[in-house]
Amino acid sequence: MAVMEVRHLSLSRGGSPVLHDVSLAIEKGEVFMMIGPSGSGKSSLLRCLNRLEEPPPGSVFLNGTDITTRPVTEVRCRVGMVFQQVAMFPGTVAENVAFGPAVRGETLPPERVRELLDMVTLSPDLAEKSARELSGGQAQRVAIARALANDPAVLLLDEPTSALDPIATHAVEETLLGLRERIGLTLVWVSHIVEQARRVGDRVLLLDGGRVVRVDRAEAMLDPEQGDERVLAFANGDESGMQARGRQTEEDDRGRAD
Amino acid sequence: MDVLTEIGDALGNLDDLPRIGLALALVAVAGLISRWQQADLEKDLLTSSVRAFIQLIAVGYVLELVFNQDNPLWTTVLLLVMIAIAARTSGRRGKQTPGATWVALVSIGVGSVLTLAVLVIAGVFDYVPDAIIPIGGMIIGNAMTTASQVMNRMSDDLLDSRNQIESMLALGATSRQASLVQFRRALRNAMIPHIDTTKTVGLIKLPGAMTGMILAGASPLQAVQLQLIVMYMLVGAVTFTGLIAAYLTYRVFFTGAHQLKALRPAPDAG
Repeated sequence: MAVMEVRHLSLSRGGSPVLHDVSLAIEKGEVFMMIGPSGSGKSSLLRCLNRLEEPPPGSVFLNGTDITTRPVTEVRCRVGMVFQQVAMFPGTVAENVAFGPAVRGETLPPERVRELLDMVTLSPDLAEKSARELSGGQAQRVAIARALANDPAVLLLDEPTSALDPIATHAVEETLLGLRERIGLTLVWVSHIVEQARRVGDRVLLLDGGRVVRVDRAEAMLDPEQGDERVLAFANGDESGMQARGRQTEEDDRGRAD
Repeated sequence: MDVLTEIGDALGNLDDLPRIGLALALVAVAGLISRWQQADLEKDLLTSSVRAFIQLIAVGYVLELVFNQDNPLWTTVLLLVMIAIAARTSGRRGKQTPGATWVALVSIGVGSVLTLAVLVIAGVFDYVPDAIIPIGGMIIGNAMTTASQVMNRMSDDLLDSRNQIESMLALGATSRQASLVQFRRALRNAMIPHIDTTKTVGLIKLPGAMTGMILAGASPLQAVQLQLIVMYMLVGAVTFTGLIAAYLTYRVFFTGAHQLKALRPAPDAG
């Protein structure tokens, strides 16, 4: 059974549609990439998965349960999230890592903090360092450890490397893929870099104008020879071409509806 | 008593006009200096002086009327009008907060009424217009400033800290836990001036109520006692108002499902 499932999710904000009839299923332990031009709704879709944005009832399921029927704080522990802009909280690295359990009134043992730091390939000696002194790549890995402290089944990643340099990007990618190997973590990863989707993704969802254009295996979709021309146009930085084709698809849809 | 007779009586009381005229001469001198130095303030000086004159004389008549009636109902109506004006003024200042006027109305209203009720029930003041109206005015005025400060600081702070707040929410924090820092900061920011004034009172400047009483011929010791009452009650009023304003502002910015509302477009709409 799918870990997370989205069924006919439509969402509008301030009267304008953001997502239109999105359906997908994410399998346990897979790296599920979401790509698309800016404004395509990929971040909004991601944020519906942990209810940072409110999906309509009956549209997002975690292990078969409608997440809007569960306490939201519980959903967010099961479905962790890491953001593009890392916000380290005041205090030490250890205090940051222990934040999730702390808000539930639990104490995370120091050995568990060290273990989590090790899991994200950081030196456990960083535990007592002030979190605001970390480099961008270190901070992002602390943010991952912080999410792992809640023992999530799924980790949502909102462009986790787009604020990082290539070396830090590589380190964070390795860390995340390592977690999939080590604890079978499911990753739902929003990216605007097709190259990254090809590098780390198992399956890729292409979103445009709030609609699913295609979901397929990364190799099939992103292969330079046999890949999807819409994705490849986007990969070549041709966002306008991508959007023009997206509109074309939309018009085709309308044509069919009529 | 007939209202018209009262107004007639009150008109007869405008015997200080010559002294006001002399004080106004200072403004005229300021205007001349402004003109000479090309500071371009004459027009503002003129309009603000005229406005203050009309506004205060009108208020004087209204107060005279209410004081002479000595009717708790009129006193209450006047207090409510003051609260409404304060809420409107404060609501305009807090434009970033959705429903700012309501936040202001509830926080100023509850904060002021609570403080006044304590003072009246404890017997510090009687519910008579010449005590309740000036005291109420001081309380409502301070509550208004507090409400504006809390709303502005907190809404700015919540929107600027969106990243940090959502990171906390995503880790399972409640909206209350995720915005505690901003809540405290907004409240402290509005309270610190009052606490500092309370600490240094009399050492730096004589506060308004005390100055007024001394000018009106009261002994300094009488004036000091009243000033202490005024200060304590103002600290109480701004604390009540600040807490309510901060709580309501926080409620406006979060949904019941612990989501920070997108009141400004998200940095990445993608």
